[in-house]
Amino acid sequence: MLGMAVVLGLVAFAIFGPLANLFLWAFAERWYFPNKVPQEFGFTFWARVFSPRGNALESLGLSVWIALLTVVFALAVAIPAGYALARLKLRWRGLILIAFLLPQAFPNLPVYVNIARVFYEIGLNGTILGVVLVHASHGLVLAVWIASAAFASVDPTLEEASRNMGASPWTCFRTVTLPLALPGLIASAIFVFLESLDEFTGTYFVGVPDVTTLPLLMFNASMGGNYQIASITALLLLIPSIGFMLVVERFLKADVLAGVGR
Amino acid sequence: MTDAKTATGSWRAYALVAPALLVIAAFFVFPLILSAVLAFRSKGGDFTFEHFVKAWDLYRTDLLFTIGIVLLSTVLIGLIAIAIAGYLTLGENPRAVAILRWLYRWPLFIPFIVTGQVMRTFLAKNGMLNHVLIGSGLIEPLSAQSMLDWRGIVIAFVWKQAPFVTLLLAGAMASLEVQHIEAARNLGARRLRVLIDIVLPQVRGTLLVGLVLSFVTMLSVLSVPLMINPNSPTMITVDVAYRISTLSDYAVANALCIISLVVAAGAAWFYLHHSAQKI
Repeated sequence: MLGMAVVLGLVAFAIFGPLANLFLWAFAERWYFPNKVPQEFGFTFWARVFSPRGNALESLGLSVWIALLTVVFALAVAIPAGYALARLKLRWRGLILIAFLLPQAFPNLPVYVNIARVFYEIGLNGTILGVVLVHASHGLVLAVWIASAAFASVDPTLEEASRNMGASPWTCFRTVTLPLALPGLIASAIFVFLESLDEFTGTYFVGVPDVTTLPLLMFNASMGGNYQIASITALLLLIPSIGFMLVVERFLKADVLAGVGR
Repeated sequence: MTDAKTATGSWRAYALVAPALLVIAAFFVFPLILSAVLAFRSKGGDFTFEHFVKAWDLYRTDLLFTIGIVLLSTVLIGLIAIAIAGYLTLGENPRAVAILRWLYRWPLFIPFIVTGQVMRTFLAKNGMLNHVLIGSGLIEPLSAQSMLDWRGIVIAFVWKQAPFVTLLLAGAMASLEVQHIEAARNLGARRLRVLIDIVLPQVRGTLLVGLVLSFVTMLSVLSVPLMINPNSPTMITVDVAYRISTLSDYAVANALCIISLVVAAGAAWFYLHHSAQKI
């Protein structure tokens, strides 16, 4: 009994210790070794981060804007593909599904590096469009799979009923299929949004020097030794992710994921 | 089943899938091909291995370091995932199980880049880990070390990826037949025995998937080694970044990338080889 409590305590420290450290740095004014906690707490760095001349607000806005564009682009491409894979006859369906799985199974560094080089040649390097394209192509993979699953889970008899009543394919899609698949599509939109918000490696190669998303800003602050700013921006990055986790907590039932790998 | 939509011709189906496939072709297949071309092409345009030789000369240590770190992390992740998922399945204290289930998932939602920053401060010489160790009397203040080397990278990787594999594993274990476990327990088997002999063999497939996915993911992470330990010996991702941003040497950088692709392919082969041996 006591043993289990000790183990749980250690696990809690392993998980929350690093996060608590982040919090301390985010609210620290001065903190030098060997003090266990900051000598001074304060909001000076928060003011600096959010000041009108500060880069953080601009980077946050840019990151959110890029993430939104990424979602639009990824879904615009993934929804038709997901629908086709779920409902329509495709001769190479299995192969196509695998084609959408490959990007997740390969190290993506060679991809980013060479995309950046091609973008440099055609002038897309350091542009928002270039970064959006990189984020969207990465998020597309997940979006297609989730969209395909969402459409597949719609009861076909409902669609057949609507067609029997004379609805055209487009009307049937618009009024029956799409609304029913919407929860799954929203889930894929959120995943793509979060992936784009947190994306670092691709933006590191394609975005510099003009596009500084929040992860890049955090990275620069951290490497420059400015741990307060780095920790504050890290907290900003965490808010959407943790918020999403708390909301979707009840959907992460263990047995739902039992199908993976079979 | 009469499906009016398919009767209108499958060209429509291909038209719907085409944009997505085009994106994959342009932004994934094409860069990979380009990578191979750049890695094997000499200045004169002939096929050559010279970039690989140069990459091996310059980065031999880092290559072995990368494989070692990722392998070690994968093993640790497997052990931790088995331990946590095993307890969640076989644990007999409902409150402890509930607490553990709530606890272990948090790192799942923390992106790699934030993990890098978090560990950079936590594992530093003046970080919280050292403070706690000193405060609890486990080490002397003077012997506090910075863990910002290969250990830090392993810790960051395990911290971030273990919950993911645990989630997969717990899901697989939850869908097992409870009768198998109960039968073994009724015969007097201890829980560890049940875990090793009954539960694990049945979830082997899921464990393999999780570990191989983690292996491939960790191979290509740039943020964590860049933030925790950018100085040699470091992971090849850092070397690739340096080669490009400082020297614009795409040839050697791509040679390094091809090598890491081969290593990832090795992991995939390992998975296919072992998953095919299902009983």
